[in-house]
Amino acid sequence: MGSALRPDARSGRRRVPLAWLALLPFFAYALGFLFIPAADTVIGAFQKQGGGATLDNVRKTLNQPYLDQYWLTIKISLITAGGGCVIGLCIAYAAIREGTPRFIRTTLTTFSGVAANFAGVPLAFAFIATLGTIGIVTGFMRDHLGFDPYQHGFTIFGETGVEITYMYFQIPLMILVIAPAIDGLRAEWREAASNLGASAWQFWRHVGIPVLLPSILGAFILLFGNSFSAYATAYGLAGNSVFLVPITIGFYLSGNVLSDPHFAQALAFGMFVVLAVMMLLYIPLQRRSARWMR
Amino acid sequence: MRRRWIAPSAVVWIIVAAAFFLIPLVATLLFSLRSIQTNKCCSGDAYSLIIHDHQFWATIRVSFVLSLETIVISLLLFVPTTYWVHLKLPRLRPVLGFMALIPFVVPPIVLVVGLLNLYKGAPDWFYAKPYGFLATAYVILAFPYMYFSLDAGFRSIDLHTLTEASQSLGASWRTTLTRVILPNIRAAALGGSFLTLAIVMGEFTIASLANFKTFPTYIQIVNESQPYQAAALALLSFLIVWAAMLALLFIGRGRPRPAQVAATR
Repeated sequence: MGSALRPDARSGRRRVPLAWLALLPFFAYALGFLFIPAADTVIGAFQKQGGGATLDNVRKTLNQPYLDQYWLTIKISLITAGGGCVIGLCIAYAAIREGTPRFIRTTLTTFSGVAANFAGVPLAFAFIATLGTIGIVTGFMRDHLGFDPYQHGFTIFGETGVEITYMYFQIPLMILVIAPAIDGLRAEWREAASNLGASAWQFWRHVGIPVLLPSILGAFILLFGNSFSAYATAYGLAGNSVFLVPITIGFYLSGNVLSDPHFAQALAFGMFVVLAVMMLLYIPLQRRSARWMR
Repeated sequence: MRRRWIAPSAVVWIIVAAAFFLIPLVATLLFSLRSIQTNKCCSGDAYSLIIHDHQFWATIRVSFVLSLETIVISLLLFVPTTYWVHLKLPRLRPVLGFMALIPFVVPPIVLVVGLLNLYKGAPDWFYAKPYGFLATAYVILAFPYMYFSLDAGFRSIDLHTLTEASQSLGASWRTTLTRVILPNIRAAALGGSFLTLAIVMGEFTIASLANFKTFPTYIQIVNESQPYQAAALALLSFLIVWAAMLALLFIGRGRPRPAQVAATR
């Protein structure tokens, strides 16, 4: 390495602090707009209105109706993450496996890139236009199939509706995340297994799933967090009927109910704890799943 | 036994996927073409009402300028930082990678609680203006996507040789960064920029809770009262994401694939 790379090499002792100095703007920014706001939320969750420490706010989040809201948010996240993982895996494998024309895979991954990013209020409205009370598909079912889903307890503005809508970004996200792992599943392994007399089921049971498992679990956590922290889609779809924790935080912040900033902070702290646990599970899985990737 | 034909189960799954992905889009299109007077197909009323609504142009302009501002701040902040870490402090790469995972634990709905509380006393030119408060928050949202894209870009070039060559020809740090390094990581920087564009054009949570009027909050207002216009706007929004992703694909040909998912939901 030439001295040009290290113009300050003469004073060896000062080299490290000077090199760190260049990172100051970045760390100052992250501190001011990410870490301090996050820390402020955590501290605020344990504060009383007007100062002083208290556990009341956090304790209140563990009582009704908030405990049910956490449970509902977690339940919807588990269902859409689980469903997204299974369906996304099947679709991705169908598109990547031997025999499927190459253009299907290209089309599918491009489309998944778009669909995984198409979320929020516009997505909510697309599903209202499709499966809402006067939606196109609802109308088709009512007029041509003689089946009105709204007569049978279905509504897009309820929990099932939120789950169906979330699948529109969960499945494509799974396809994008799992495709490289499926590529790592060598065609030779499948051939070797079938040469040894294994059935398709045995191949998946003993080779395919065990190799893919860390990637699938990692993707599951990603999908869980994705759905757990979603606000805009649920707000656009069912802001007044499905009480998810992010929606309630929004209510407390925008003053639709009695404004209580410390309670909003306590609810946010609860979300932070759930997501932090997920992240701690994610990091080791991520390392393990990198093993089989080409 | 290599398969020559597509497997029957693969056909089934691909049809399922195509149906699930396309039906809502086609339905939204048909819905947006319904006439406002008769509720029947087909008329372009919804579209003509939108393009004559000055709120539409005003909010889409705010969101677009916000995306450009977010992209500029992100590039100014993250390009030199990533460059410096790769060149001089490679030990810090895992730290930056870890920091890029933090926004997963602090999603927009949690971040906005902290930002609103912390900056509520800030002067109006910052707190009350989208180009102040919102832009700073969006830089944080853009950080993971920008960072992973730039990190892949810097890994694929020979940073040390380029820097050394440039400096031994007498270039300053600034010249090295803008005239030597930047052209070499252009694809990565553009990739991160298009993802940022997609985030900012669609971000609703922070904009709505901080009471700003951006394109997504405008869609929500239309959504509450004018269903056919809302369907047209939903399609338009889909096309914006589509354009950003196609641009991403186009500049990324033959290069390491950048992260592709950026939306805040």
